[in-house]
Order: sequence, then C-alpha cells, then structure tokens
Amino acid sequence: MNAETLIPKLGVVTDIRIDTPDVKTFRVVGLDGKKVFEHMPGQCAMLSIPGVGEAMFSITSSPTNTEFMEFSIKKCGCLTSWLHAMDVGQQITIRGPYGNHFPVEDALKGKDLLFIAGGIGLAPLRSVINYVRDNRQNYGKIEIVYGSRSKDDLVDYKEILDEWMQDDGITVHLTIDQPQEGWDGHVGFVPNYVKELQPDLSYTVLMCGPPIMIKFTLAGLKELGFQETQVYTTMELRMKCGVGKCGRCNIGSKYVCKDGPVFRFDQLDELPSEY
Amino acid sequence: MKALSLAKLPELFSLVASKEALYIPADDGAGSARFTRYTEGLEMTDKLNTVRSAKDFFFPQTENLVDFKLKGKEIEISDPRTEHEDFVLFGVRACDARSFQILDKVFLVDPVDTYYQSRREHGTVVTLACTKPEETCFCSVFGIDAAAPEGDARCFIEGETVYFEALTGKGEAFLETVSPLLTDSDDSAVKAQQEKTREILQKLPLKNLSLEGFGAENLLKLFDSEKWAELSESCLGCGTCTFVCPTCQCYDIRDFDTGNGVKRFRCWDSCMYSDFTKMAHGNPRVSQLERFRQRFMHKLVYFPANNDGEYGCVGCGRCLAKCPISMNIVKVAKALEGEVR
Repeated sequence: MNAETLIPKLGVVTDIRIDTPDVKTFRVVGLDGKKVFEHMPGQCAMLSIPGVGEAMFSITSSPTNTEFMEFSIKKCGCLTSWLHAMDVGQQITIRGPYGNHFPVEDALKGKDLLFIAGGIGLAPLRSVINYVRDNRQNYGKIEIVYGSRSKDDLVDYKEILDEWMQDDGITVHLTIDQPQEGWDGHVGFVPNYVKELQPDLSYTVLMCGPPIMIKFTLAGLKELGFQETQVYTTMELRMKCGVGKCGRCNIGSKYVCKDGPVFRFDQLDELPSEY
Repeated sequence: MKALSLAKLPELFSLVASKEALYIPADDGAGSARFTRYTEGLEMTDKLNTVRSAKDFFFPQTENLVDFKLKGKEIEISDPRTEHEDFVLFGVRACDARSFQILDKVFLVDPVDTYYQSRREHGTVVTLACTKPEETCFCSVFGIDAAAPEGDARCFIEGETVYFEALTGKGEAFLETVSPLLTDSDDSAVKAQQEKTREILQKLPLKNLSLEGFGAENLLKLFDSEKWAELSESCLGCGTCTFVCPTCQCYDIRDFDTGNGVKRFRCWDSCMYSDFTKMAHGNPRVSQLERFRQRFMHKLVYFPANNDGEYGCVGCGRCLAKCPISMNIVKVAKALEGEVR
C-alpha cells in the first residue's frame, strides 16, 4: 500500500462510453499510458476532480485487462454529474486499490458461478465475470441473471450480446421491469426471475444491485435451498479515506472500505443491519 | 528523580521555548483552559483540564492534505507539507496521554497516516500528575492512574517543588535540555502525593462504572437494545461530545477552491451529524437514534473488538461536563448494563 495513501495519482480519461441514459463507462490510464495500479475483481478506487469532490467507485474492468481500467458510473450526485459532463482527455485523480475482493483465487475456484445483478450493480460484477472468462479453465458453469428498469438501462448491453452470450458455457438471462417495444426477452423483477429459473444448488452466487433487489433475491435463494455461506455481495457506504480511519463506513467492528466491500451473507449476519 | 523549585518553572519554560515550540495549559481569559504556545510571562493554569483535549497537536481540527492546480483538462498535484517543527506539549493529564495511544491504534496501523505520524515523531509529551481529580473523572475505569501518568516524561507538582521523571528516550532528551535547572531528588514526596491522590480517586462517584460484557460477544445484543430510543431522544446532534473528546477521530476530507488552486483538507467530523453517512441514494443512519448509537457502540464495543479489549474512552469527563442535555457515556453504559448481565 502506498504510504501516502491520501495523496492521489493522476489519471487521464481516454474513452467515454454511453451505456444508458444515466450510466457512462470511463476508461482511465496513467499519464504514461499504462494502468495506474493493479487490482483484484471487486476492489474499488477513489476518483476525484479537485474542487468538485472525491468518491469511491468499483473498478468494473477485469484485472486481466492489461491496458487500462474502466469505471461504470451512474449520474446521481455532484461529482458523478461532473464526470458525466467531461470530455475525453480530461485528467482526474485516482487512488487505490481499496478493499478486499471476490475470492476468485480460492473459495470461488473450481465452482459453478451464478451472477445476479440489477441496474448499475453489474459494474462490480463485470470485473469478476471478465476475470472468470479470461481464466475459464479454473471455473465450472457460469450463469448470469441481469435485470434493469428497461432495455435502455442495461449496462454493458453490447458486451453482453457480442461477447458473454457468445461464450461456451456461459448462459445469460436478461430481464427488464416493464414490457417494452423491441424487447422479446423476459419481463419481470430479478428476484422473481431467479426463483423461476430455479438455479442448481451447486452454484456459488455473486450478487449486486439495489438493496431491495438483494433483500428479495436472497430470500428467494434461501427458499430454493441456498445457504448464506454460498452467496456473496458487495456493499457501498459513504467513504472518505478508503483505509479504515475516517470512520464513515463503519458497520459494527468492520469498515466496508478495508474489510469489505465484498462480504458473504453469513458474515453480514454478524454485523448490525445498518447499511 | 529530578526536582525544580516551582518558582523556577517559568525559567524552565523559557529554556524549553528557546529551543523548540512549547505548549502549556493556560487560562484563555474567559475562564477556560486551553493549550497555548508559550511566550514569556504566560502562566500555567491551575485548572484540572483543558476544555478541548490535546489531540489537536497530533490530529489538528483542520489540516491541508494535498494541493491541486487545474489548467484546462490538466491537473497538477503537490504535497503541501514542510518539515514539522519539534514541540513539547507540557502539562498533559493522564487521560489525554492515554488518548494518544488510542489514536495511535487508528493512525499508526497500516497504512500509516504520515500526517499524524510526523506530528507524533516531532512532539514530546510531558504529563502532569493529577492531585485534585474531579467528580466527572473516571479514568481509573480504563486502568489509567491519574497519579502516575504515562508520557515521554512526567512531572509532579508537590508543595513548592516540581519533580520530573523521564519515561522514554524523548523524555530523557527533554530532561537533558533543562538539566542545568534540575537537581537530584528522592521520590518520597512524590510517593506521598500519589498515595493521597489515589485515596481521592478511590472516592470518586464514577469509579465503579462497570463495562463488563461490553465486547464483541454482545455486539448485536447491545446494538438491538430498546434503550437507545430513550437514551437518544433528547440528543440535539450538536456534536460537542465528539469535538471535546480526546479519542474521537472521525474525519471528513473536502476541497476548497482558493481561486488560485484547490486545497484538499481534512477536518474533524462527527458521527452525530446527519450528513456523516448521507449518500446520493439515501442515508443508512436515518435518525439521531442510529447516529447516537454509533458513537457509543464504537467506543464501548466496536473499538475494543478490534483492539484487544481497549475501550475508545479515557474517562476524562469532558463530555459529561459539556453535553447540553447532560447525556454521556456513563449514563449510556449504566443504562445498557442490564443487556449484558
């Protein structure tokens, strides 16, 4: 870890992709054109525009991407609005990586993996999905359930269609909340869809999405017979330092920025439900 | 043990201040004591403790972390720090001295906070033994001996004499600096003073406060207690308790546009404030109950769970004296006792 952890490095935005009406994906490299730092799937970074703000974002690109890092960011506040308004070539500050990561090299190795995401919740999981795709031999079956408000709100839609769905051994189930012209796929909320799909109990589940989706999906998984020990999620809370000192993301004796953001549900049971 | 005539204390201050910055607790002219940079003629207060704790010297209320210059799409980053000056913090009480060790457990664990570390390295803490602990004092609950404070060096004012004792290498260096003024002495007067002080400590009303059961094993039981609603009902969310507390260390990081570059600074923050955890999509601590509970759970349960049972409180009594609605950690601990018995 960088000893001067509160002093950021410089990055430059080399590409901005419009994913949905309120989500853009930003490609970031250092001023030398290389990745600013290495990370593991599920880890986060602090991005900032000085004078506007600094906030924690999950790194959506896979560590197997050797050229750049990507961040899929939903426009929902002061800093994110600024980021959405900027152009390619803009410099930003970046520090990290922060937090733990999905246990891709131990607990998840050799396992069948079921990814469940809602809305922008796909961002942290995309890092794992692409890591697993690039290390395909280390994992079993892969199934992805992804839902959004509408077809236009599906993040990474092109990548899902052109890459994930073309891979052998990966099944992708998409769903949207309401029927929509030009959509002949599934319609309905993620928790119900997961129950309909009746995934095999051999799956280890990685889930991220809005709290309400997580709550009902977890309940549905338990009904199907899944144990909390086989379901992982990643959390977000307000953060300032990223290293467990500023006190903001404290839940019980844990700090989401350093002990999380990735937790197994049986671990969350031991914490106060203050998230 | 070394000794100095009390009348010569100003001479000692002058000598120290001629070599490095010296801070002593002094009256602020409005009836309160605060640590003040020594200048000729400044007198040490006879008040038991300063209104604000001594944490400012290592973890200042605001400090500049990083500077930025923005030019078009380009950003320039610079570290604004210059070498910190050496300083002596004189007359720190036993409770505040312990608080530094608690802050160390936050700021000096990996990754080390180098801003804090630099101040710690440059500061020498000379403590002063208490002789008149007050009714709000409960440092003994945390195993602190107000009659024998920790620190780099400690002193005891007994009658017309000040006795000195070094406890660390830095303390020895301090005594070396002032050695021309000191004479050798036995410790009988100090021992007698300590005995008297400990007798008073034994009679303090809060000395029997029990924190048994306030640990990780009862975390959820304490968190879910119905007592929090009643305890937090009158809390104004003013944050005074956190600002006077020697161990409160939560902070905010913000940017200030000077018109000629951006200064990123950190400042004390309080978990008692509503926007402490507020995010674009909502606030996980919706009411004052959750914020109030966080502060006490952190000091009495979460911090000890991560730090071998050491509580995040030193019993200095500042929050007892300063809370506008007279709520405090002692009342909270007593109200929750029933949950863990």
